Amino acid sequence: MQSLDMSSVDLRTVNETLQAAAKSQANATYEITNPRGSHAVAVGLDGPLSVTVKGSTGYYCAGMNKTASVRVVGSTGPGVAENMMSGEVVIEGDASQYAGATGHGGLLNIKGNASSRCGISMKGIDIVVHGNIGHMSAFMAQKGNLVVLGDAGDALGDSLYEARLFVRGSVKSLGADCIEKEMRSEHIDILKDLLDRAGADAKPEEFRRYGSARQLYNFKIDNVDAY
Amino acid sequence: MTHQTLPRQSWTFSNDINSEIRRAAETGIYDIRGGGTKRRVPHFDDLLFLGASMSRYPLEGYREKCDTSVTLGTRFAKKPIELKIPITIAGMSFGALSGNAKEALGRGATMAGTSTTTGDGGMTEEERGHSEKLVYQYLPSRYGMNPDDLRRADAIEVVVGQGAKPGGGGMLLGQKITERVAGMRDLPVGIDQRSACRHPDWTGPDDLEIKIMELREITGWEKPIYIKIGGARPYYDTALAVKAGADVVVLDGMQGGTAATQDVFIEHVGQPTLACIRPAVQALQDLGMHREVQLVVSGGIRSGADVAKALALGADAVAIGTAALIALGDNDPQWEEEYQKLGTTTGAYDDWHEGRDPAGITTQDPELAKRLDPTATGRRLRNYLNVMTLECQTIARACGHNHVHNLEPEDLCALTMEAAAMAQVPLAGTNWYPGKSGF
Repeated sequence: MQSLDMSSVDLRTVNETLQAAAKSQANATYEITNPRGSHAVAVGLDGPLSVTVKGSTGYYCAGMNKTASVRVVGSTGPGVAENMMSGEVVIEGDASQYAGATGHGGLLNIKGNASSRCGISMKGIDIVVHGNIGHMSAFMAQKGNLVVLGDAGDALGDSLYEARLFVRGSVKSLGADCIEKEMRSEHIDILKDLLDRAGADAKPEEFRRYGSARQLYNFKIDNVDAY
Repeated sequence: MTHQTLPRQSWTFSNDINSEIRRAAETGIYDIRGGGTKRRVPHFDDLLFLGASMSRYPLEGYREKCDTSVTLGTRFAKKPIELKIPITIAGMSFGALSGNAKEALGRGATMAGTSTTTGDGGMTEEERGHSEKLVYQYLPSRYGMNPDDLRRADAIEVVVGQGAKPGGGGMLLGQKITERVAGMRDLPVGIDQRSACRHPDWTGPDDLEIKIMELREITGWEKPIYIKIGGARPYYDTALAVKAGADVVVLDGMQGGTAATQDVFIEHVGQPTLACIRPAVQALQDLGMHREVQLVVSGGIRSGADVAKALALGADAVAIGTAALIALGDNDPQWEEEYQKLGTTTGAYDDWHEGRDPAGITTQDPELAKRLDPTATGRRLRNYLNVMTLECQTIARACGHNHVHNLEPEDLCALTMEAAAMAQVPLAGTNWYPGKSGF
């Protein structure tokens, strides 16, 4: 394992090193120490690299990740794994706002809680949050799965498209056009797979599924009160 | 002989207004259309160049060189964009436009030595393949957004606002969400797609500064980062864009077009392009960043005279959208019969959101799209860009400048009080403009 100490190595060098390693060193492992809340740590990785960040990070950690595995032993600031394409990002602590925003693929596994707008505009990413999520989560979520072992805040899934939302605890309120839906066997299978991959101690049957009512997909004057 | 008063129409309740009231009463929904504002607003037409005189020496029109090159992104980017001409093609999406139209824009821009820009919905092979210099828009929706396209772009434009609808998101109605468009945007086919008006993972200029740093870290600090703002509060918006780390500020006035937005939004929100330039330039000057952070102005640019006037007021380049589409064949009289069938006429066709464009530009219908030959119309765009450049050079030479960037406000006068106030150049025949102190 190679180590990059951010108390002496600057961010540009860290990212340059990791981005080059992701391309040229198959399955190499790196450790980043002393991130001290730095923004944009381990962003734009594109290749089979394993990175462990020891400490908490600022905004956009592991942004636009492709293929690589990034594990943060700490908490992350806003926009962790934003626009992630594939691979895996694990947060041992809590995640701030916009976790997994606009993600297209891969697994974002948050062991603690996630703040507001978790999974906003998600486009195919899978997100598992072991704790609670904040308000306006999965706003305009298009594709993928959001799994919450704890509770969800206000306006869950507002203006939702085709993303699937699974919540084990309570939901404070549902957003516009988001409804509870029947949990069918195929959903149990999807959920079981996600819980297994995330190492979550929960049974699929304990969850409720939420999705789009698809009533706002095309503008109808009868729905004007929903806006 | 009996004298009768002629039937008197109301100014307040004109035929136009009344027809809109009747349409609203019938349908129960606001009017949606494409394009920019149609109302008369103070514009570049209200300015004139003074030309050379006893105190200014002109350049020989056919012999002396007048440079038109421009470099965008000199502040932080390792690879700034070098353009032959100061006229770029504004962001327009595949989805709003057909693939052939995007290809034609790329072809025309490349032949003329300038850049074109993607739009909501991501980058297509048509435009990347035919655009030597391509600016990749980074929009709130992030449709089709991926790091590979980010890296193969020549510059990145973070879209905060648009002149036609500052504060509004995008809209692409179901008629145009074909399988290909839906696939690129990760959406179901046929839905009305409404893009977010705010970015999903940052709020305000402090966050944007960090977002831009992330984009630079992902692209190795190579790409110029533009920030596009609508003409709302140009002084503060420009200053904050600079603070957030922009290499280039793109400022779009209310004559700038949109693929589809509520008519009430287009006509009643935002400021005319002319009113936006001087405050934006002032912000750059106050920060010591004029020419260090380049300013690209768009919204109603139609001719080389408009280009020259925008540059004289302090812009480094301009962008054209609607004019480029007209050059390709939008609203062309050859389609008059079909416009009539759609209930409109040449020059007034603006239902771009419906996807039935007879010219094959604002459509996803493969039969209509086939009407547009990207090679031939790409040449038309090149010709048009060349003419605009020649016109701009002609004016610059007449004012005694060997580079179009040497045009300055002192080369101008205004025909109206409004234009004088907005452009901060003297009313013709005076040495005064509204707001100028000492009079």
